Formats: sequence, structure tokens, C-alpha cells
Amino acid sequence: MSLTVDFARKKDVLLVRLVGELDHHEAENLKKEWQAILNMHNVQNVILNLQGLSFMDSSGLGVILGRYKEINAIGGEMVICSISPEVKRLFDLSGMFKIMKLVDNEEFALEMLGVAS
Amino acid sequence: MKNQMNLEFLSVSQNESFARVTVAAFVSQLDPTMEELTEIKTVVSEAVTNAIIHGYHEKQDGKIFISCTIDDGGMELIIQDHGLGIKDIEEAREPLFTSKPELERSGMGFTIMENFMDKVDVISSPDQGTTVRLTKHLSKNKAYCN
Repeated sequence: MSLTVDFARKKDVLLVRLVGELDHHEAENLKKEWQAILNMHNVQNVILNLQGLSFMDSSGLGVILGRYKEINAIGGEMVICSISPEVKRLFDLSGMFKIMKLVDNEEFALEMLGVAS
Repeated sequence: MKNQMNLEFLSVSQNESFARVTVAAFVSQLDPTMEELTEIKTVVSEAVTNAIIHGYHEKQDGKIFISCTIDDGGMELIIQDHGLGIKDIEEAREPLFTSKPELERSGMGFTIMENFMDKVDVISSPDQGTTVRLTKHLSKNKAYCN
């Protein structure tokens, strides 16, 4: 199963929804697409919705950390939501939630960033 | 009952998913839990990715070998490449260490393998390649081991 990525924008927030499996093979494409979107639009914050992510390994951590650094450099935040216990374990192992926020779902994430409808 | 399978494939990144799904299908004979299957798929993905990125520098004509042995107690997984090898194994195994930060590597590969398996042995020498040996007891069988 490959990876499908859906990007959406709400004011200064970029919504990234990942569906499928994120490994080294998929991480390279994801990085290119994600960077292109960040450069194209005036985005300050990112919400990463992992509801449909059925598998991830350390290559996924790398690409997410890379985008976090870019957003953080311009004073933005990254909020993770709808994460499965399996994927959360990898985030916990690498201490990702010391720098990123975790919420239950997309609605809460939008609320946290002040763009809830 | 003991059972074994061997795989050989090229260092092409599409094979990362092929390898983890294949090993998971083989190990399913032991009726592992979903959590154990996820752990096994993740460590296969980590070791194969290491072989492709670090062993073969993403050249697609290297060979990667996987041998998986299962018995009543659990599994042994050997993942091997004939690539560049690791100069300092201790350093490579440290959490967050990566020799390729420019590629956005997280440096968590070996840490994940150590967390998800019972034992991780790494044998490597420069220009000879790297062999990672991973062993794991599976919970259903643990009670009968002792």
C-alpha cells in the first residue's frame, strides 16, 4: 500500500492528511510535495492528520521533523492529530511531542490554532 | 516446529514495503498479535532502509538478503547487505545519531530495532557489508519458553 497525501489550506494553516504507509520510499516524494506547498503559500502553521496512516517508520519521523524545523524557523507550530497507538509509539520514542502538540482530532487542532469555523 | 525462508532482492526503495509485508506474512504462521506484527514490519523496514541508504548509498544494484527462521519460541531475522559497512557500530546505534542529516534521517533506526525486538546484533566491517541479527520471542509462546 502506498501513500496518499491530501493538502488543504485554512487561512494561515496548512492541513496535511496522510493515508497509507510512510517509509523511506514514500518520504522522498512527500518531502518534495510538502516543501513546494509551504513555499507557494503563506502558511504559518501545520496540522498533520494521521488518521489514515497505517504504517510509519523512522523515515517518516525524519520528514516530519524536517518540515517542523522549517515551520518553527518562521515562528509557526505543528499540531499532530488522530494518531494511531502504533504510530504514536514512534513519536514517543523519539521525543517528538516535546516540540509538537498532540490533539485528538482535526477540529481540536483547528480550534487550537484559532481557525475553527 | 521450525520453519525458514530466504529472500534476496535489489536495493530499490520500492522493496522496503515488499520486504516488510513478506516477512510479516511468513511470521503470521506463529499467530502473533497485531502489535507484534507491527513491530516486526517496522524493524524490517528500518534495517532494509539502512542497507539501501547507508550500505549502498541509494545505488539500486546492490543485493539485500533476508533470512527468517521461526520456531515455537519466536523468530530470528537476519538482514544482510554487501555494501560499505559501518565504521563505528557503537556510534551508529546511539539514539538520534545519523551520518546523513542532510537527507533528513531521524537517527532512530537502531533505537527502534532495539525497542521492538529482544536482541539486536550488528556485525559490520568497512567495504564488507553489514549483517543485522534480530531475535524476538512472541507473546503467545512466551509462557512455554520458561
